[in-house]
Amino acid sequence: MLSLHPSDFWTLSNYLIYFLVAAGLFAFAALFALFGVYAERKISAYIQDRLGPTETGKFGSLQTFADILKMVQKELIIPAKADKWLFVLAPVIIFVAVYMGFAALPWGPGLVPSKINIGLYYVFAIISIETLGILMAGWGSNNKYSILGAMRSAAQIISYEIPAGFAIISAVMIAQSLDLQVISTQQGVASTETIKFFGFWDVTHIGGLLSWNIFRAPHLIIAFVIYFISSLAEANRAPFDIPEAESELVAGFHTEYSGLGFAFVFLAEYSMMFLVSMIGVVLFLGAWNTPLPNIGALKLADWTTNIWWGIFWVAIKSLALVGVQMWIRWTLPRLRVDQLMNLCWKVLTPLAFACILISGVWRLWLM
Amino acid sequence: MFKSAINGLTTAWKGMTLTIGHLFASKKTREVTRVSDDNYFKRLEGTNTIQYPKQQLPVPEVGRYQLDVEMDDCIVCDLCAKICPVDCIDIEAIKATEAIGQTSDGTTKRLYAAKFDIDMAKCMYCGLCTVVCPTECITMTNTYDRTVFELSDLIYEFSDMTKEEADEKRALLEKQNAEKQAAKLAAMKKKEEGQ
Repeated sequence: MLSLHPSDFWTLSNYLIYFLVAAGLFAFAALFALFGVYAERKISAYIQDRLGPTETGKFGSLQTFADILKMVQKELIIPAKADKWLFVLAPVIIFVAVYMGFAALPWGPGLVPSKINIGLYYVFAIISIETLGILMAGWGSNNKYSILGAMRSAAQIISYEIPAGFAIISAVMIAQSLDLQVISTQQGVASTETIKFFGFWDVTHIGGLLSWNIFRAPHLIIAFVIYFISSLAEANRAPFDIPEAESELVAGFHTEYSGLGFAFVFLAEYSMMFLVSMIGVVLFLGAWNTPLPNIGALKLADWTTNIWWGIFWVAIKSLALVGVQMWIRWTLPRLRVDQLMNLCWKVLTPLAFACILISGVWRLWLM
Repeated sequence: MFKSAINGLTTAWKGMTLTIGHLFASKKTREVTRVSDDNYFKRLEGTNTIQYPKQQLPVPEVGRYQLDVEMDDCIVCDLCAKICPVDCIDIEAIKATEAIGQTSDGTTKRLYAAKFDIDMAKCMYCGLCTVVCPTECITMTNTYDRTVFELSDLIYEFSDMTKEEADEKRALLEKQNAEKQAAKLAAMKKKEEGQ
């Protein structure tokens, strides 16, 4: 017999909230992907002195909605010689891996979908699963371009996770926590411990730009650049887009995908752009903290630190980083495989090691 | 190694300043001017797109585009059909029994055009027909955007005669020819009788 106890309703409503949060994050990812594709097309157009979409809606703003409407209606073609299971599951795994990463990212003071004390570790672990999905897509398609793309992607992501990971560790050593919400709180006026600008000036009550991690310890600026470059590689963005190099591999690992399968791969790609930008923002650029410092009686930092401002700041900073990613994509040509590996192993990894070392010294002597 | 990495970063930055310049310069959109304008090839700022149906590059009134024939001026001399390298002009002439009138430049018209077809699908836009035309009745216009659903729609028929009219003129010509022939025969007979 099933009997309902009052506390069951409480858990039920709790589950309802979980579902709502999950649906909200999915809606955000989908809307961001639509916006991202539109922004990408406009930015690339303006950089190349073109106009981009102009006809559908005002300034072509409904173009991506029209595109997705078309894509949803398309046939899902599974090649005759493809491994059906791998082929169908791959886009789902690719997307879910990225989507689940959003679960641990903080949006404002006290506002985080899932507050876990190893949030950063979780995010980094879960987005590595994307590689698995890409390998499945490449292998399952039974297409030489797909498998080449997938292999390149795996090699690239595994390589670049090392400098990215070390850059992150150097930030974590300064913050002394893997909880993204703790790391966020430390970078503003809400901080409970003293923050020193470049290690000498106490800015705990001034906050703003000055208390961001990149200014708490100057070497974290380098760590941030290392992380940003590696995140481009992890999101398969140009100039590290050799897994889907159009001019060599048709479309790389997603060559054989059509309709919704392709839509999911695309959705994952754009969600990944936002996700890596948001991790960068949380770790280095002050998370949901305001860039405006308290200046004497003008308590700008205090006024602009709450949940709503938090969502605004974290979104605006992440979008700015996404903008930089697009700017880079439409400027720099693709790296060759050997150049890619050279950059990773001979430049970024040693530099990231140096950042860890400095972080340790900084932590011991200057904090 | 380190030097090349630094070099790579500085050159990447150089490229990025260039592209961001273009990104923000694109507030300026293109003004459509003639090719003959002085600064036509100098425009380096702003977007370069011509939004075609809304904006159009000005072209000369008589460019090398679609062909047009002013039938009132045509003397059906067939020169254009003869010069055409791809034989896209098909003319069928009927001799008139008398002079039918004058073209605008004063040439007397003595032929009817029962058929004056130009197959624009074959035309290679060389413009030779317009050069040889003695009365300048075949010209190239400034219309270049033409799309049809049937290939046969690209055969332009310029003849202004109906089939009945053409048959009537043919009958008249035959009658005249028969009369001439009869007169000729009569004259020959007379000559023979006279000898």
